[in-house]
Amino acid sequence: MTGAPLLQVRDLVTTFRTDRGKVVAVDGVSFDVAAGETVAIVGESGSGKSVTALSILRLIPNPPGRIERGEVLFDGQDLLKLDDAAIRAIRGDRIAMIFQEPMSSLNPALTVGMQVGEPINLHRKVSWANAFERAKELLTKVSIPDAGSRLNSYPHQYSGGMRQRVMIAMALACNPRLIVADEPTTALDVTVQAQILALLKKLTRETNSALILITHDLGVVARYADRVAVMYGGRIVETAPAAELYANPRHPYTRGLMASIPRLDGDTGRRLVPIEGQPPDLANLPPGCAFAPRSQHATERCRMERPPLEPVSDRHHRACFLDA
Amino acid sequence: MPDTVTAPADPASITAKTAAGNGPLLRVEELKVHFPVMKGVVIQKQIATVKAVDGVSFTLDRGETLGLVGESGCGKSTTGLAILRMLRPTAGRIVFEGDDIAAHDQGRMRKVRQRMQMVYQDPYGSLDPRMTVGDIVGEPLVVHGVAGDRAAYRARVADLIRMVGLLPDMAERYPHEFSGGQRQRIGIARALALNPSLIICDEPVSALDVSIQAQVVNLFMELQERLGLTYLFIAHDLSVVRHISDRIAVMYLGRIVEIATRDQLYKEPLHPYTQALLAAVPIPDPALEATRPQQIISGEVPSALRPPPGCRFHPRCPHAMDKCKTQDPPLRDLGGGRAVACHLHA
Repeated sequence: MTGAPLLQVRDLVTTFRTDRGKVVAVDGVSFDVAAGETVAIVGESGSGKSVTALSILRLIPNPPGRIERGEVLFDGQDLLKLDDAAIRAIRGDRIAMIFQEPMSSLNPALTVGMQVGEPINLHRKVSWANAFERAKELLTKVSIPDAGSRLNSYPHQYSGGMRQRVMIAMALACNPRLIVADEPTTALDVTVQAQILALLKKLTRETNSALILITHDLGVVARYADRVAVMYGGRIVETAPAAELYANPRHPYTRGLMASIPRLDGDTGRRLVPIEGQPPDLANLPPGCAFAPRSQHATERCRMERPPLEPVSDRHHRACFLDA
Repeated sequence: MPDTVTAPADPASITAKTAAGNGPLLRVEELKVHFPVMKGVVIQKQIATVKAVDGVSFTLDRGETLGLVGESGCGKSTTGLAILRMLRPTAGRIVFEGDDIAAHDQGRMRKVRQRMQMVYQDPYGSLDPRMTVGDIVGEPLVVHGVAGDRAAYRARVADLIRMVGLLPDMAERYPHEFSGGQRQRIGIARALALNPSLIICDEPVSALDVSIQAQVVNLFMELQERLGLTYLFIAHDLSVVRHISDRIAVMYLGRIVEIATRDQLYKEPLHPYTQALLAAVPIPDPALEATRPQQIISGEVPSALRPPPGCRFHPRCPHAMDKCKTQDPPLRDLGGGRAVACHLHA
């Protein structure tokens, strides 16, 4: 790692106008991603993890959404200050995105070859013939058998796993520096999930692309991430290198998650220890820490004041007032 | 503890439990559910058959939880629906509480359904948004004519709502006022209304947030202890299934490929598909994951319309032999409560 990180997100705030008032979906999120690094953003529904990813790429529909504040520095350039044409030139080129649902993110009326070739044709200004040639290489690279003839097939002729491979091929088309993958395997079966994630990891390593992996699955994080940010109620509550976070979780929510999930190698006699209560309602957050209503040790201060994200050690930060 | 000597999860203890009762609660024998594929609008012609469930057999003892696992399209949900007779079995026997219900008509099934209930995956789609929680939970009592007088009905509904960890005054509220986990509790209360002996749970926690799953899994286990319930727990999450099940059946393309007690299956999986499934599940521990051999099998589950010849798993199997391409291995009983359908273990 030399100099500044590839991506620096600073104090990002994204809101949505809803019929229940303004909802702060992402509330002052800051994190870095170094070149070639895999950072997982973990959280449950409504934690703000997907909105964070979409905000980085400026894909928040406005209205109702709005990026209110913050900086997203990519290679030193603030993406939030770019005009539409400039951000479009970056999307699909230097930053690529992989979505959860490959069927709805692929165009059913275009052949797979056209869709994989499009970013190359668009960003690299190469002829369609050359773009197709490159598309074939990419499909081969993501292990689609008989890629040459499959170029002319339509998405519905591919299985779910194969479609997600196509999404990966599209994402890799222009050798991006950063890939943002939002729950890329949630819709897939477990053996296919393992294939897709292993492929994504291998290819990002080969091309030295950084990867932001948005997921709710702590197992996936453990297998594939270098660093982890845990989100709750629109904020990052803890962040650390993956090994450190699992060995030494310091936020009560992270600890609660670890205790509540059954493990393939866990003690079967033990009852799971659930996190009591319900996930936070973003339209109706408490004034203090969003986790305070579910925390066993919450104090008056936790209920009234929002804890800032502060270092507990060099690369390990958490947002909690309690003694560690 | 002397327990360590006698191995508490010994399959023998499970068979002993059976012998003590009056046989298993449920015995499924050679169950088949085939769907015709039709072509044509006016004159329809059957052009193919999807063998969604193709010869499934297992038993379920009283008070036991059998996990039914497999990937999408393996037939696990279809098996559950056929047992409840929400789908018509093509062939096979479903012996529930001593009676073969596979050919029961609707009238006779109505009686059976008081004893056999279902909990669904989707806590949003499975509750009528226009009914109050009390009416949802009490509906089975009304439908089956066992509601009694108004006071008895209300007391029973309040009881059920309390039993699943909600407050009785929630009976007046509507489903949209509840979170996913609370809605799943409402679905469980409804399933308990008629005092069933068997509950078929189809992916009951997979739509829930991670921190809520544990609450619902614990509730299932507490209710089983209190009420002596028997569960057929259909799920794809092998970590959850391991936690809740006494025995586990692994399905692939309409067949059971391995059935074993929990400890046998997870400590020493015999079928290559079971091994592949377990290897694919990441463990939330980066240090452990770094040392775990990554045996990722290739390919995806083939279409049930055209299952491969021979062993249905052979195109993806790392150990496939010539024989596997032509001969379909039967589910062989290896003793000790364990059976495997694989030529490696013939």
